[in-house]
Amino acid sequence: MKLIIGIVRPDKANDVLEALYRAEVRGISMSRVQGHGGELERVETYRGTRVQMGLSDKVRFEIAVSDEFVQTTIDALCEGAQTGEVGDGKIFVMPLDRAVRIRTGERDHGAVTPVGK
Amino acid sequence: MSVLLAAAPAVDSGDTAWMLVATALVLLMTIGLGLFYAGLVRAKNTLNTFMMCVAALAVATITWAVVGYSLAFDGEAKILGGLGHAFMSDVGFEPRDGTTIPHLVFFAFQATFCIITTALVSGAVVERMRFGPFLVFAALWSVLVYAVMAHWAFGGGWLAQQGTLDFAGGVPVEMGSGFSALAAALVVGARKDHGRQALLPHNAVYVLLGAGLLWFGWFGFNGGSGFSTGDASVLAFTNTMLTPACTLLVWFILDLIRGRQVTAIGAATAIIVGCVAITPAGGFISPIWAMVLGALAALPCYAVIVWRTRTRIDETLDVLAAHGVAGLFGIVFIGLVAQMSWNDVADGLLYGDAGQLGSQLVAAVAAPAYAFGMTYVLLKVIGAVTPLRGSDRDEAVGMDIIHHGEEAYVTGEGAILIRAEAGEAEELPVAEPV
Repeated sequence: MKLIIGIVRPDKANDVLEALYRAEVRGISMSRVQGHGGELERVETYRGTRVQMGLSDKVRFEIAVSDEFVQTTIDALCEGAQTGEVGDGKIFVMPLDRAVRIRTGERDHGAVTPVGK
Repeated sequence: MSVLLAAAPAVDSGDTAWMLVATALVLLMTIGLGLFYAGLVRAKNTLNTFMMCVAALAVATITWAVVGYSLAFDGEAKILGGLGHAFMSDVGFEPRDGTTIPHLVFFAFQATFCIITTALVSGAVVERMRFGPFLVFAALWSVLVYAVMAHWAFGGGWLAQQGTLDFAGGVPVEMGSGFSALAAALVVGARKDHGRQALLPHNAVYVLLGAGLLWFGWFGFNGGSGFSTGDASVLAFTNTMLTPACTLLVWFILDLIRGRQVTAIGAATAIIVGCVAITPAGGFISPIWAMVLGALAALPCYAVIVWRTRTRIDETLDVLAAHGVAGLFGIVFIGLVAQMSWNDVADGLLYGDAGQLGSQLVAAVAAPAYAFGMTYVLLKVIGAVTPLRGSDRDEAVGMDIIHHGEEAYVTGEGAILIRAEAGEAEELPVAEPV
């Protein structure tokens, strides 16, 4: 089991969701975060006060999957989120010790994608 | 000499006082419209959408003072007024012909109409049209479309001459903006995600508050269009209360039938539809007919909104349905139920004058045709000179950051102050793309 964290552009979030559904990855959490990658900072002006915005809005997906679904999920994230320009985001894959489905008490492999397999 | 003096109308202080207030009320509508529109778009386009309305305040006021007012209100030529009032010449303290208010007040009141109508059209192109070309479009549109149509209906042009009744702007304001919006949407094209993703309103409270401010301002819009505190103004004022209330209730019912729930954004839309429908008819029909008008006007407008969302036409904020169709409905309705006993001007078909309906139908054909055609050509010409819209990337980032360098909901986290000392920008650590 792995926990996959994908940080993507907010305007690509819908495309990522679509790609994940198409890849039959179920069980997704999503949150709005602010982050700084390598992108150039933009300058904004508020009544004469000029500021350099160091953080950009991003969307963070958290997806727990069984081992055989890791590559599928990564592919879906890349497919949905890629524009080719700086600021597309990152994917982190990390080991997952345990998972429990609260409704049924199912554990580990039974509690993550794919559902019911 | 004394006979002449007695015949010349003088400035009436009561009428003038009301018209000063009415003018300010209508000006507030443009800000109300900005709020209404801003709530209907996505958060990343909030400021740009609002700014298109603010831009109309800047641009249309100036074009109106320079040439628009003159083309609309100088002389009674059939197609276009003269240039006698260009740069506001001969617009002074003496009463405007046919009114008891100073010419300056008449000018200012009419200016607020030009401003809000120009702002209305922006609803068709929000979230994608570039701000610069929009400013050019707004300036030209306010003269080539609004001033011309205002002359036809208000300034003694051919529609007024052939008997079309239009109390407060069914022709230039409502049909003018609504059918121009359709043309603008077709020329500028749909947003890149239209029909592919759900593009939802980001703040329904803004939408309701904006609709409320518009309704409030509309009392000046309709109530001021008699240019006095006389019977016609009073009738239009009260009808402005009655008609939208009926539209609201019918809209509730239509929402219930269609989706089993009454929606807030639907309610805000209904308020606009009701106000628009009574705009041309306000001073001409009885209060009871005004209520019937409100109830009936909901039907075609609701239908057009439902139809539009099933097409590929991205007339984003439904200016066609809420203004074009509702205004057309109101214009035609006058031809049916106008009553001499209420308006001292004309009867409609139900009260014995079928000819009035004919006059109204002429306007209902000519106004949409001119507004659509002229706007279509105007945008094609501007588009040939400069691109009307930015790249897909710009659209993805949002118009606020791209065109204004600001965000509506900025947090300030991660914002580094730039200190410019002695005209020199401080060196800042900028991350280079790897």
